[in-house]
Amino acid sequence: MSDARPTTRYTEYHPRWYRPRVSTWWWLARWPYLKFILREISSVFVAWFVVVLLLQIRALSRGPEAYAAFERWLQNPLIVLLNLITLFFVVFHAITWFNLAPSAMAIRFRGKRVPDLLIVGTNYAAWAAISLVVAWFLVRS
Amino acid sequence: MAKQSNEPVLWALFSAGGVMAAFVIPVHLFLLGMAFPLGWIPAPSYEHLLALVRLPITRLYLFVLCFLALFHWAHRFRYTLYDGLQIKHLNELIFVCCYGGAIFGTVLAGYLLWNFR
Amino acid sequence: MAETISLEVLRYSPERDAEPSFQTYDVPLRKDWVVLDALNYIKDNVDGSLTFRWSCRMGICGSCGMMVNGEPKLTCATFLSNYANEKKPVRVQPLRYFPVIRDLVVEVTDFMTKLQSVKPWLIRGEEKPVSDGEYLQTPDQLDCYKQFSMCINCLLCYAACPVYGLDPVFIGPAAIALAQRYNMDSRDEGAHERMDVLAQHEGIWGCTFVGECTKVCPKHVDPAGAIQQYKLTATIERFKTFLMPWAAR
Repeated sequence: MSDARPTTRYTEYHPRWYRPRVSTWWWLARWPYLKFILREISSVFVAWFVVVLLLQIRALSRGPEAYAAFERWLQNPLIVLLNLITLFFVVFHAITWFNLAPSAMAIRFRGKRVPDLLIVGTNYAAWAAISLVVAWFLVRS
Repeated sequence: MAKQSNEPVLWALFSAGGVMAAFVIPVHLFLLGMAFPLGWIPAPSYEHLLALVRLPITRLYLFVLCFLALFHWAHRFRYTLYDGLQIKHLNELIFVCCYGGAIFGTVLAGYLLWNFR
Repeated sequence: MAETISLEVLRYSPERDAEPSFQTYDVPLRKDWVVLDALNYIKDNVDGSLTFRWSCRMGICGSCGMMVNGEPKLTCATFLSNYANEKKPVRVQPLRYFPVIRDLVVEVTDFMTKLQSVKPWLIRGEEKPVSDGEYLQTPDQLDCYKQFSMCINCLLCYAACPVYGLDPVFIGPAAIALAQRYNMDSRDEGAHERMDVLAQHEGIWGCTFVGECTKVCPKHVDPAGAIQQYKLTATIERFKTFLMPWAAR
C-alpha cells in the first residue's frame, strides 16, 4: 500500500458511508471529557496567578502606600472570590498533574518498573516540602 | 529527515511550566490570595517582602516562575481552543495570540524584576 | 431477574436510508449472555438483516468493538446483566468517530493505513543469519514493551479519543502504542525511522493526554502512557539534534 490515503469516490457500487459530525459541545456529553476540559482550563487560572504576582511586584517597587493599596485590592470580596476559584483550579491542576506523572514517565530501576504509587507519593511529598519552604520564607514580619 | 517541528520545544516548556505551577503556585496563591488578605495568617510586612524580592536569587526564581507558568498556559490554552471550540481555521491567530501573550508577559516580568529597587 | 431486556440498535442501510435510525428489540435476559449474544439472537431469530462484525467471542480478536450506552466496549465482553436494572433500553451503536458502512460495521482503512505507516515490525540494520541462532532477550527487556504488545487492534481507543474525533488526521493511540512496542524492543533498530512519522503534528503532538484511550482499553495497553513517554523521547532527540548536530543520523 502506498503512503497516499485511500481516495473515496462514491460510484454506483460504493456504499454511502454515514459520517456524523462531532458537535462543538462534545466535551459536555461525557463526564470524563468535561473533567479533561476543566483540567485544561486550569491553565487560564495559572496565568491569572502570574498577573497577580506581577501586580504585587509592581506594587512593591512603588513604595509602601502603593503596596498597601494592593493589599486592600486583594481584600475586595470579588477578588477574594476570584482567587478562591483560582486556588481550586490550581490545586486541581497539581493533583491531576501528579496523578498522571507515573504514566508519563516510565521509570525503570534495575530492570523493573518503579511502582506508580511510589512516583505519585514522592511527588506529593515534594509538594508538601516545597510548600513549607516557600511558606517559611513568606510568613514572617 | 522530515522538517524539524518546534512542537518538542513548546511541549518541553509546557511540561516544565506544569511542574513549576503544580509545586509552587498553590502555596503562593493560598498565602497571597487567601490567608494574608483574610487575616488567617499575619501578612508579611512591606519591609520584609522588599528585602526578599531585592535578592537576585528571589528575582530569578520569580522570573522563572512567571516565564514557565505563562508558557504552560499558552500551550495548553492553544490546544483547548483547537479542540474545545473546533476553530482550527484560526490556527495561526491562536498560535500567535497564545505564545505572543506568553512572550509579552515574560518580557513584562523581566522588566519589572530587572528594574526592581 | 427479568425475562427480557430491550436493545436499541442503530440501523443504517446505505441503499435505503439517508440517515441512520434506531430499532428496538427485546431479547432474552440470560445471566451469562453478553451483548454479542443478544445481537446474534436478533440476527438468528428476529431480523436477519442486522449486520455486525465478530469472530472469537472471547476478547482477543478485536472485531466486535461497538458503543454500548455511549461507551466503547467489546460486545463479547459486556454482560447484559450489567444493564438489567436500568429503565432505558441498552443502546448499541457502531464505533464512534469512524464512517459507518452499514448498521454496526465501520470503515477502518484509515487506521490500517496509519498502522502501516509506523512500521510495526522489527527493523534491523543487518539481519543475523539463521545459523547464528535466535535474538536473545532477558525477561526485563521483554518487560519494557510487553504491555504495548497486548494490543488487539480493537479500536476502542480511537472511539474514545476526542482528538481523533475532531481531527481525523491524528495518527491515534493504538498506532503510537504499537510503534512504541517496537521502539522499546531490544531487538529493534528502527526507532529513528518511525520518528519521522510520529514526530509530525498529526503524530504524537496532536495528543493532549485526555487519557480516555487508556481507560477503555480492554487489554490494559495504556496507549496514553506510551504517547507521553514517546513525547519525552522525541523531545530529547530534538534537543540532541539541536545541541549536537554533528551526531545527527
